[in-house]
Amino acid sequence: MLRIVIDPVACDAYGYCAELLPEAITLDEWGYPMVDATPLPAELVAAAKRAVRDCPRRAVMLQRREEPR
Amino acid sequence: MGRSSTEVTPSIDHHHLLGQPADLAGHLRQHGSLPVPESADRNWQQRFLELLAASGLAGRGGASFPSAVKLQVARAAGDRGTVVVNAMEGEPASDKDKVLLLRAPHLVLDGAQLLAAACGAERVVVCLPVGRDRVASAVALALAERAALRYTRVGEVLVRPPDRFVAGEESALAQWLDSGLSLPTFRPDKGVALRIASRKALVYNTETLAHIGLIGRQGVAAFRAQGITEEPGTCLITITGSVMHPGVVEVPRGTPLRDIITSSVPSEPVDALLVGGYGGTWVGPPHFATPYASLSLRTIGATAGVGVIVVLGDQGCGIAESARIAHFLASQSSGQCGPCVFGLPAVADDLTLLAEGRPDAALMPRLLRRLDQIQGRGACRHPDGAVALVRSALGVFADDVAAHQAGRPCAYAHRPTVLRIPLMAGT
Repeated sequence: MLRIVIDPVACDAYGYCAELLPEAITLDEWGYPMVDATPLPAELVAAAKRAVRDCPRRAVMLQRREEPR
Repeated sequence: MGRSSTEVTPSIDHHHLLGQPADLAGHLRQHGSLPVPESADRNWQQRFLELLAASGLAGRGGASFPSAVKLQVARAAGDRGTVVVNAMEGEPASDKDKVLLLRAPHLVLDGAQLLAAACGAERVVVCLPVGRDRVASAVALALAERAALRYTRVGEVLVRPPDRFVAGEESALAQWLDSGLSLPTFRPDKGVALRIASRKALVYNTETLAHIGLIGRQGVAAFRAQGITEEPGTCLITITGSVMHPGVVEVPRGTPLRDIITSSVPSEPVDALLVGGYGGTWVGPPHFATPYASLSLRTIGATAGVGVIVVLGDQGCGIAESARIAHFLASQSSGQCGPCVFGLPAVADDLTLLAEGRPDAALMPRLLRRLDQIQGRGACRHPDGAVALVRSALGVFADDVAAHQAGRPCAYAHRPTVLRIPLMAGT
């Protein structure tokens, strides 16, 4: 299962990710992305990869879901 | 040096951090020489890891991370590296690490030496922020005593990072030692060792190291003789606020909150306790019997945090005090993550409006929404601490919140604060 991870240090609130993947990413009032905590559905993986690729700050990542700690 | 046996000898001596000799001669009389092997010894390393695991010690820097697990991660991260003594104690209400370095520096340094021997690290670095000259003198003296007697196996140095709240966060400290940049780093996986100059770095809190220093000498039984089964040992707690005798106390883990503050003598009837420091939580009178232990504190939504209890008397305003803390925490953001940079000042401003009894109609829903949204979105836990503090304030001081919402400012809101907050914070 894949999940979206935002590197909050790298992120500069360009907001492209929320435009490319509105199903899973919304922006807070300051323009920073908030990621839906539920696992990424398979049909969104392609759009998610695009969000990863197009982030000008390289702040969006796709990771295999870790075991819950 | 030169003790014939490098075995860790169990004894049932009392395990106490305070009341230890401050000088090396006294330390040696009390404890003997450092029980580490002359050269790298895999069997000794394995036994030491097992000893630490059996002790059940968890870190005392705020995260309560199992000390043995941290060592295990470091052992798997290659030979050589640095053991960092984290004496940053950025929490303004906390004194325990300063007191420990003044009163038992050799115990702390011995803990670092034991860990270095247990993971093959070749140096110990003590990180104490600039400005704490009295503590720095005590540490420098202790280091000189040790060097003169050729007491240690690996070198020990004192360095002075900037004095900021988040400078002591372990990834910020490792990055400062690595590159001079005092900023937390984004680490999605905390099970990976920190690095300095591409070699592993083990960052341990000062108090944690003092416990390790004693456990290495006296064994597990003495440590576990106090505290509770799940959380053995004693712990240091700094008590401040509305008390006659503020200071650092050492109590067994699991001591009820109200018993911990008794010896400090509250100067007013107690309204609430801020447990865990400025990124901790308020606890109201119905929960004063709660044992000071992570498991029990968790059931009331609190954590042991950095070992701080601030006593708030009934002549204080919890909302006004929380607003002051929120502003301080906002000022201490390292400025990297949007939710922290923008969220914390926004939350602090709303809390101030609330304390002054002049909230707009949208304040409470806005404040609650922001708390939900900020949570968990920083590279470090700094914003989470601020959120926990404010959330607990809204719960414990719910009556005050209702009054302030109705436009009644707190009669006590402009009383002098009971908190220690640096006046120049953020400048």
